[in-house]
Amino acid sequence: MSTEKKRNKKKNRTIMRSVILLLLVAAIGYTIYNSVTADEVEVLKVGDPAPDFTLTDLDGETHKLSDYKGQGVFLNFWGTWCEPCIKEMPAMANQYEVYEDQGVQVLAVNIAQSNFEVETFARQYGLNFPIAIDRDKSVMTAYNIRPLPTTMLVNPQGEIQRIVTGEMTEQDIAGFMEEIKPE
Amino acid sequence: MDKLICKCGHENPPGTVLCESCGRPLNEQEQNKQLADMRYEGTARRSQTYNKSIIDKIWNFFSSVKVGVGIIIVLLIAAALGTILPQKQYVPATTEADIEAYYTDIYGSVGTVYHALGFHDLYNSFWFIGLVGMLAISLIIASLDRFVPLYRSLKNQRVLRHSSFMRKQRILAEGPGDTDTLKKAEEKLADLKYKVSTDKNGLLAEKGRFSRWGPYVNHIGLIIFLFGVMLRMMPGFYVDETLWIREGETRAIPDAPGYVLESKGFTLETYTGEGEEEKFGEAIDRVGTVAKNYQTDVVLYKIPEGALPGDTADMEMVEEHAIRVNQPFKFDGYALYQMDFQQDELKTMSFALQNKETGESRGDLTIDLVNPETNYELEDGSVVELLGYYPDFSGFENGEPQTATPLPKNPGFLVKMTTPDTPDGETSFITIQNTVEPLGDNDYKLAFQGVETRDASGLTVRKDRTLPILGLGGLIFMIGVAQGMYFNHRRFWIQQQADGSILLAGHTNKNWFGLKKDLDQVTEHASLPAYRDQQEDMEAQEKREGEQLT
Repeated sequence: MSTEKKRNKKKNRTIMRSVILLLLVAAIGYTIYNSVTADEVEVLKVGDPAPDFTLTDLDGETHKLSDYKGQGVFLNFWGTWCEPCIKEMPAMANQYEVYEDQGVQVLAVNIAQSNFEVETFARQYGLNFPIAIDRDKSVMTAYNIRPLPTTMLVNPQGEIQRIVTGEMTEQDIAGFMEEIKPE
Repeated sequence: MDKLICKCGHENPPGTVLCESCGRPLNEQEQNKQLADMRYEGTARRSQTYNKSIIDKIWNFFSSVKVGVGIIIVLLIAAALGTILPQKQYVPATTEADIEAYYTDIYGSVGTVYHALGFHDLYNSFWFIGLVGMLAISLIIASLDRFVPLYRSLKNQRVLRHSSFMRKQRILAEGPGDTDTLKKAEEKLADLKYKVSTDKNGLLAEKGRFSRWGPYVNHIGLIIFLFGVMLRMMPGFYVDETLWIREGETRAIPDAPGYVLESKGFTLETYTGEGEEEKFGEAIDRVGTVAKNYQTDVVLYKIPEGALPGDTADMEMVEEHAIRVNQPFKFDGYALYQMDFQQDELKTMSFALQNKETGESRGDLTIDLVNPETNYELEDGSVVELLGYYPDFSGFENGEPQTATPLPKNPGFLVKMTTPDTPDGETSFITIQNTVEPLGDNDYKLAFQGVETRDASGLTVRKDRTLPILGLGGLIFMIGVAQGMYFNHRRFWIQQQADGSILLAGHTNKNWFGLKKDLDQVTEHASLPAYRDQQEDMEAQEKREGEQLT
């Protein structure tokens, strides 16, 4: 066999082996990546489009997420049994007053509690932002919410800008609203 | 490395032990052996042939069976270690931080290390998945490296083999033969379903070659199986979720977009031991109660195409169904299993508005603990107004009643009672077995009358699109096993020399007994010289020598 043929064969072999190895390593890498990122929020990641939903607030007004395109949406999931949720509510109300005119919409989604509890709570704390009850937990499920409170920050393009789990200080809230307010 | 050119003129790839064509041993080591190593027909394992670039080195690493076995052993040890402390789903903590703290708190520094190394969630730890992946690579490469040369060698094998090859086979016969010996042997071998080919003064009879592919088919099955397991990690292929649903509740089914489930009721039936069930009486007396049926009656709804989560106005009912243990509710690739239950959670509480002194009642009211109302009007114009409701009252913070969970486990009510006697109203805070009158003594009280309860069902939501793939992998695996185990690749080479003498060699990859039985028949029919089993001879020899030594 000529040396050229030999060289060609060797080249082919290296290419073949590299391709097989690369494919296998890519498959393993993808699997590991999937399992590592599957932890908390299974489907939603920062940068994903925020799943659309429609909920009716305590005043009977319907809020459809996609109607807020062009505005930032501060989507807060909460319940009255969750202490940090309650603590951050007044701060949210304060900052909403500042940022409402700048195009930031706050929507507080209560997890399947009764009208009475949510209404009493809203009245007691004098909350100025719309509050809706996710009665069958479908929005909670769509956003894969696990711990409360969780806040989804949706930017004016309708993408998830940031996912915040746990209590936020008023300073945090102001910073987050600044992040998602339209230019 | 250069090609090995055999004396017969055939060019063999470097590393070949036995000439692919005539079977002559190609190196000194092989020449000195009494029996030929026929495992891969003496072909060169391809990995041993080239060892130059880094790619070749990686390739050769995975081609080694030793490495494959090593990976399996490491996986076994890791899996065993993973059973020493509980996996994370059995730990009473939900958030990542809590889980980490739990291992440290309960198991000390061992727990910390255990968690840090990912043993708490072994099957999802990156290194475990990495090892399984390496095993898959090893399976593929080791198989390729062995299958290709073996296939080529068996495809190209010649009828006439060199006598040195034949003499190194385990089954060997040499002796005089007649002119029709070959012809008769061919007849009988064809009779025994051998594929016989002849060339000049020799023949090759072969049966069950496909049995040699068994291990490789088997590995293909394993790879498909591993691929199916890998798919489970991809979104949409595998769902395993828990859904707690209480009687009367309507809940979105987790990971089943568009589907909503309503629970009509949970039933737990036990054997009564009466009537037809009398025969169970003894067992029931012995153990107390025996469950007969766990059942959740549900209604499945679907949100219409294009509707959004939260838009429950025009859900369509799909089906009513009773979910029982081992009888899941299947729809659209999903299955809902009855897994757990919780009985007698509070649903409503009834009170009577009573005058504390006289005990006279002004009427009853029932508070729905799931969806309470604000005002409860009684017949004579008395009103009980609910000011606050705390389903799982856990104490006061800054004078404010708190609730620990959203479930009515320990309901607390702040009420204002107004009667014609007390037109200004009296305020009272009521919990189970305790009443506080924060604004001074009251004339009236809410006297507890009774409760209604409801049950909760724990359902498992499962979808597994990988099952057909896992099934296919398992089937191919079993086919490979059967192929390799229940069939044998048997071969005979027979040559008649110029002087009429016969040289016969036999080989099989398994079941030498069967091969000999075949050969017995051929020997009888064609009057072949008697054969001997060289390996048995060698073993007998060794044994004799061993006995002499002692």
